[in-house]
Amino acid sequence: MTARNAPLRAPTDWTSPAMAARVAARYRGERLFRLAGLGALCLAGLFLAFLLFTIVRTGWSGFQHSEVRVTVAFDAPALGIDPVVARGPAGVEAIRRADFNALMQRSAAAQLGPAADVVSEGAWLALRAAVLADRGVLGQTRTLWVPVRSSIDLIAKGKFDLDAPEVSRGVSNEDIADYRYLAARGLIRTDFNEIFVSAANSTDPELAGIWGAALGSLLTLLVTIAAAFPVGVLAAVWLEEFAGRSRWTDFVEVSISNLAAVPSIIFGLLGLAVFLNVFNMPRSAPLVGGLTLALMTLPVIVITARAAIRSVPGSVRDAALGIGASPIQVIFHHVLPLALPGIMTGTIIGMARALGETAPLLLIGMRAFVADAPHGLTSSATVLPVQIFLWSDDAQRGFVEKTSAAIIVLLVILLLMSSVALYLRNRFEKRA
Amino acid sequence: MTGLLVLLLMALALFGYWLGRRRGLALRRGTAIRIGTVHSLPVYHGLYVALVALLPALLVLAAWAVAGEAVIADRVIAAAPAASRPVSEIDRGAFMNDVRGLANGTLDAAFNPAATGVVPLYRTTRDGFELATGAVAAVLMAIGGAWAYSRLRPDFRARSQVEQMLQGLLVLASTVAILTTFGIVLSLLFESWRFFELVSPGEFLFGTHWSPQTAIRSDQIGSSGAFGAVPLFWGTIFIGAIIAMLVAVPLGLMAAIYLTQYADARVRRVLKPMLELLAGVPTVVYGFFAALVVAPAVRDFGVWLGISNASGESALAAGLVMGIMIIPFVSSMADDALMAVPADMRDGSYAMGATRSETVTRVLVPAALPGITGGVLLAVSRAIGETMIVVMAAGLAANLTINPFDSVTTVSAQIVALLTGDQEFDSAKTLSAFALGLVLFGITLLLNIYALSVVRKYREAYE
Repeated sequence: MTARNAPLRAPTDWTSPAMAARVAARYRGERLFRLAGLGALCLAGLFLAFLLFTIVRTGWSGFQHSEVRVTVAFDAPALGIDPVVARGPAGVEAIRRADFNALMQRSAAAQLGPAADVVSEGAWLALRAAVLADRGVLGQTRTLWVPVRSSIDLIAKGKFDLDAPEVSRGVSNEDIADYRYLAARGLIRTDFNEIFVSAANSTDPELAGIWGAALGSLLTLLVTIAAAFPVGVLAAVWLEEFAGRSRWTDFVEVSISNLAAVPSIIFGLLGLAVFLNVFNMPRSAPLVGGLTLALMTLPVIVITARAAIRSVPGSVRDAALGIGASPIQVIFHHVLPLALPGIMTGTIIGMARALGETAPLLLIGMRAFVADAPHGLTSSATVLPVQIFLWSDDAQRGFVEKTSAAIIVLLVILLLMSSVALYLRNRFEKRA
Repeated sequence: MTGLLVLLLMALALFGYWLGRRRGLALRRGTAIRIGTVHSLPVYHGLYVALVALLPALLVLAAWAVAGEAVIADRVIAAAPAASRPVSEIDRGAFMNDVRGLANGTLDAAFNPAATGVVPLYRTTRDGFELATGAVAAVLMAIGGAWAYSRLRPDFRARSQVEQMLQGLLVLASTVAILTTFGIVLSLLFESWRFFELVSPGEFLFGTHWSPQTAIRSDQIGSSGAFGAVPLFWGTIFIGAIIAMLVAVPLGLMAAIYLTQYADARVRRVLKPMLELLAGVPTVVYGFFAALVVAPAVRDFGVWLGISNASGESALAAGLVMGIMIIPFVSSMADDALMAVPADMRDGSYAMGATRSETVTRVLVPAALPGITGGVLLAVSRAIGETMIVVMAAGLAANLTINPFDSVTTVSAQIVALLTGDQEFDSAKTLSAFALGLVLFGITLLLNIYALSVVRKYREAYE
């Protein structure tokens, strides 16, 4: 019995300095590890904050623009407008044909002296808009604020270091002289940029706006939701309620989960090859863009709709079946209305993704320069993210703030959409 | 035109619904003495008439939408004067594009002068066919509606019929996903096949020189550009699988560990939406930020390090920003994997006196490793398909380099570059984009299937 006599070991001395040091080292490691975890999160948060800060800082001034004061004599004969015709039914057409550009140039040359060329090339549009808004202006003299060229605008906003030598400054001495001339006489002011929120794209930064792109995004998303929502929900209903286990069902499920992971640019290739080259649909159109994005968002909607349908309690189905409803009636009268908030959440998340998507739309031609807001589903259009991409690609310095301002608009819309989705999710979760 | 027609048909179907429902109501009144003698509710009578009238007409319209343009093109080209008739398949497509553009007013002048003369012919042919299609659809609708209406009787099982049609609709909706998959595979395969008729697959997959810009026409193979895609594959791996993962994996993993092991519910409620916010920012915004802020900073850093050829468009800038973008994805996958480790293992480790960090690094992470690996693979698949950041920050120079300060290009960025701009669709240059797309699709698909199988097997092991 005493054959194996283990040598006696001294009990661990927990208070020895060596042991205390080891424990201390382990706790130090623990604290460092914890700090590293917090650090990783903070780094991600800092990056996000830095990104948003940069965008807001560069983009804020995009919502403002500089204007110069010009007094314009709206002399009808000189403009080639008959005041009587202008008030009549053909008035709009007559006003559109009139040469406001020449009037603008004359007025600027007369009043702004050496700084006459600061006026934007599209400033005459403001004169025309004034006449279109009120025909009574014809024959009168009015004081107007018209937009200035982008470089003057940037000087007014303090985007240049005016003390730097001319080569490295990015703006010419003439422009600075012009600006100082105007500023000294109080002829220039900076206020809300109504052009940015009401115009479409332009080659001149001071005349470019996001309204065209925003409308294009809206039309595209309408097509996307009209195509993806019904198909996605019906597919989810079939998979969840009717399809048994079969090879076909497996195939459908595998397709959906794989489509959810296919890079978005592949959908652009699909849209190009199928919608444009096989069906001959028009390039750059919201219709094609919307359908392409619909194929992309379909898996998202199907997956979330299935989860929402699955979470409807079985007792609801049993009760409805029990009082004689047919399976289809059970679905459309009871299950779908209960699952709707969950389905809406998924749909909004899918739409938010579609709204921010750029690459597939570039492939189906939505990067074309479109100077007008789109008129319909088949006219040429661009969307907000593509507009952002195009402006960021533009070498003119004035587009930097426009790009950031457009990003602010896009992010605000996305944030609103996510808030609605979050609200719906919370309400839904409470009831379930 | 087609939109108007569809609206018209919808209106007619609504009328059919109203007629059917009225009939159903009348049936019910006629037999109101005994309850239960009318099989279906009036609504189903209405729906039955509307659906039977609408479906064949919609089928005709759909068939026309698919095949119509081809029929018109055949007619127009056959009727065009012999001198202006295009010869080859490629010319034919270009010719018809001109004609269509002129007819729709989207084109101001044709590239092929002969196209201008055919425009009136195209218009009359198209209008004639569209009128005929509309007429056929309307007639089918009338016949279908009348037949359905004549079947409405008290004992007619309208509800069963409608429900069967609805079931058919459900099946149809679920096939859209399959059709999309097939559409992707077929269109990529078909266009790639045409590309590989011009450029050998060996050269494409193993060539190291990429300069598609000089390929002007498809019949100049000898003198056309080089299509060796290895620099693109390397650039894609370098940015998406190496630099981005060096950023995203440690940060995402540590974030997940902190969130699951250390943070209390209150902290999690604040930090988790922040990560989701990071995931919700559109890629074009990341791209703009990378190009505006990160790329110049990286270049200055490179110059400061003494690297002479530090570029304003660098692999490092694109990879860093892409890595940040992927953090939420890695973190949520790692989160799931760590949560799936049985609590017994963690408790056992604590019982042995291990600290939390020792438990995490010696027990939880090794146990969750398959799940984390699967998540990282999914993140890689997402990163290599990502386009906008690379287009905006990494540039288009196809360099085969391991210098992260140099500019490289990726598969997705090249696809965008090749397909934007006005060029002939059938040149090797544009077709190569589809071959690149095929490679990208194949690799992401394999990565996804493998990663998902790893994740699933691992979950089963612990269940």
